[in-house]
Amino acid sequence: MLLLQVIVGGLLLGAIYALFSSGLTLIWGMMNFINFAHGEFVMLGMYAALLAAIWLGGGPAVFGFASLLALFVLGVIIYISLIRHVMRGPMLAQILSTFGLALLLRYTAFWLFSANVVSMPETVLSGNLNIGGILVSVPQLIAGVIAAALTIAMHLLLTRTTIGSKLLAVAEDRNAAMLMGIRPDGMQALAWGLSAGSAGIAGALMAMSYPWSPSVGETFGLTAFVVVTFGGFGSVPGAMYAGLIIGLIQALSAYYLGPIYKDVVVYALFVALLWLRPQGLMGKA
Amino acid sequence: MRKSSFVLAALLGASLVGASVAQAADAVKIGILFPLTGNAAAAGQAAKAAVEVATDIVNNDHPELSDIPLAKGAGLPGLGGAKIELVSVDHQGNPSVAQQQTLRLITQEKVQALVGAYQSSCALTATAVAERYGIPFVVGDSVAGNITGRGFKWTFRVTPLAADFGDAYMSFIADARKAGKQIRSIAIINENTDYGTSVAEAIEGAAKKANIPVAARIPYSASSTDVSAQVLQLKDKQPDLVIFISYTADAILYMKTMKSLDYTPPMVLGDDSGFSDPSFIPAVKDIAQGAMNRSAWDIGKPGSTSYKINEMYKAKTGHDLDDTSGRDLQAFLTLAEAINRAGSTEPAKIQAALKATDLKPNQLMMGYRGVKFDGTGQNILASTYLIQLKGDSYELVWPFDRTQNKLEWPMKGWR
Repeated sequence: MLLLQVIVGGLLLGAIYALFSSGLTLIWGMMNFINFAHGEFVMLGMYAALLAAIWLGGGPAVFGFASLLALFVLGVIIYISLIRHVMRGPMLAQILSTFGLALLLRYTAFWLFSANVVSMPETVLSGNLNIGGILVSVPQLIAGVIAAALTIAMHLLLTRTTIGSKLLAVAEDRNAAMLMGIRPDGMQALAWGLSAGSAGIAGALMAMSYPWSPSVGETFGLTAFVVVTFGGFGSVPGAMYAGLIIGLIQALSAYYLGPIYKDVVVYALFVALLWLRPQGLMGKA
Repeated sequence: MRKSSFVLAALLGASLVGASVAQAADAVKIGILFPLTGNAAAAGQAAKAAVEVATDIVNNDHPELSDIPLAKGAGLPGLGGAKIELVSVDHQGNPSVAQQQTLRLITQEKVQALVGAYQSSCALTATAVAERYGIPFVVGDSVAGNITGRGFKWTFRVTPLAADFGDAYMSFIADARKAGKQIRSIAIINENTDYGTSVAEAIEGAAKKANIPVAARIPYSASSTDVSAQVLQLKDKQPDLVIFISYTADAILYMKTMKSLDYTPPMVLGDDSGFSDPSFIPAVKDIAQGAMNRSAWDIGKPGSTSYKINEMYKAKTGHDLDDTSGRDLQAFLTLAEAINRAGSTEPAKIQAALKATDLKPNQLMMGYRGVKFDGTGQNILASTYLIQLKGDSYELVWPFDRTQNKLEWPMKGWR
C-alpha cells in the first residue's frame, strides 16, 4: 500500500515535469534553439497564478487560464523583441541571450515580488481524497491530471492539426515552408507562445501545492533539461514518458534510499541512458 | 592684552581639539554579508534590516533604550562620536561568493570589522578569509559547530551553537516528560549542508547521552520540490516529536505535505531558521498550529527595551523582528560596544576589546545569559528559549518557569 502511495505521488509530480518540459522540447524541435529561461517561465507562471487568485478569485480554471494567457503573450513578445534577432547571430549569442533573459526575468521577479517565499492562499483548493487507502491531495491530483491531458493535447496539436503541420513544416525546412505560403515568423512566434504558455500553466498547477520564491526557476529549469534530454530533444511524447519516469524514480529512491540519494539515482540512470541511447528515449538519431 | 592672548590661545586650542576630534570621528566601516538573493533571501534581507536598526541605535541618540550600551548619545563616544558606516554585500547563499565578497570588503572597501553570514557554509569560508587578513569577524546567527573551534583568533560568535541546541532540546524533553507528556522517541529531519548536518549531529549525540531513542534521522536537500517520501517515512515510524532543521521553502513544504498525506505527529519542533522566516507564519498558520520553534527572542511587554526595538524594526520592514535577525542585531551591538571600548579602528585593538567583552543579560535585547567569549571565540553565555505557534504569532512556552503561557500538547496542526 505504501509502495502504491509512493508511486502515485511520483507519477503526479512527473506529469507536471512532463508538461513544462514539453514546452522546452517544442522550441528545440521547432527551431534548434535552447531556451535557458524556461524555468523562469514556470516561475512567472506561479506568480501570475497567485496574482490572478488574489485579484480575480475563483478556482484553478481561472488562475490556470490566466497564467497560460499571460505567459503566452510574454512568450510571443520575447520572440518578437529578442529571439527573432539573435537567431541571425552565432550559436553562442543564442545560448547567452536566453541565459541573460533568465537572469533578467529572475531579478525582475525579485524586484517586483521581493525574495519572500509565498504560497497560494489555503482557501484556493485543498482537501484529500482517500482512494482505497491511498491518499491523494486534491490540488496534486487536479494538477497531475490536467498536466497529462495538456501534454497529450500539445502532442495532438502538433501531429493532427493544420497549425501543427505548419509548425512542423517550418521546423523541417524553413525555405520550403515559405514557398508553400507559410510565414515562419508567425509560426515561430506561435511556438514561443505555446512553449511559454505551457510553462505558465504548469507553474500555476505547481503553485497549488508548492511554496516558492523568485529563485525557484533554477530548479525547474534544470529538471526540464534533464527530462527533455532523457525523452529525446524535440519529442513531446518523449518528454511525457521521461517526466513520468523521472518523477517515479525520484519518489521511489527518495523513499527507499533516502531523499539525498534521489538525484544521484536519477542522474546515474540519465548518464547510463545517454550512453546507450544518446538521442534519448524517443529522439531521432 | 594678556586676557585677549589667553582667549586666542584657548580658541586655538579648541580648534586643534576640534580638528583632532574631527579626524577621530571618521566613520567606522563595517562590512555585512548576508544572502540578499537566492533561496534564503527573505531571511538575509531581514537580517540586513536588523543590522541597519542596530546601526541607527548606535549612530543616533536613543535615550529610551538606555539599557543598551551606546544607545544613549550619538555615535561611538570612545572614538570621539564617530558614526558607523555599513558596507553591505550579497553572497547569495553561495560559499565561494561569500569568500570572494569577504576578500573584496577587506582589500577594496577597507572595512575594519565584519558581521555575517546566515548560512553556516558561507560563514565558514568568509571567516577563513578574515582570519588570513587579521580582521575581526563577528558571527551573528550561523550555528554550525566548527565555525569556532578551528583555532581562529579573529572569529567571534555571539549566537548559541549547535551543541547548545541539542542540550536545550533534551532538557525540554526531560521537563515535558516530567509534566506528563509522552515522548517515547524522536525523529530528526535535516537539510544536508553545514547548518543542518551539524545541528542534527549535535541533537543525535545529545539524545544518545540522554537515552532518548531516535526513530529516524533523515537528511534531505533544501531545494527539494517534493518531500512526501520523508513524510511517509515519519508516518511509518510514528515518533512523538519531530525536529526539523530546515530553511524556509522546505519548512513550508513539509507542513503542507504533512497535511496532504493526513499526518500530524504529536509535536513538531523547528530549529529556528525556516520556522522563524517572516514568510513561514503567513504561509502555514492554518495548518501548523501549535508547532514549536527555538528562539532567544521574545518581543516582551509594551515599554520594554526589546518591545521598543521591535517597534523600530517594524516601522522599517512592516513585520516583527524574528529570532534569526534578532541574533544578528545583538551581534552587531556587541561588536559596536567592543569597538567603542577599543577606542580605535585598529583591527588588533578591536580583537582585544572583543576578547574582553563582558555584557550582562540586562544590557542585551536577546534572551542570552550574557556575552563573554571563550578562547575559541564562542559566547559561553548564549542560550535559547522554546516558543509555540498560537494564532498568528509565537508565544514563549519553555523554560516552564519563565512563562505563564501553557504548552499545548499535542499540536493541533491543520485539524
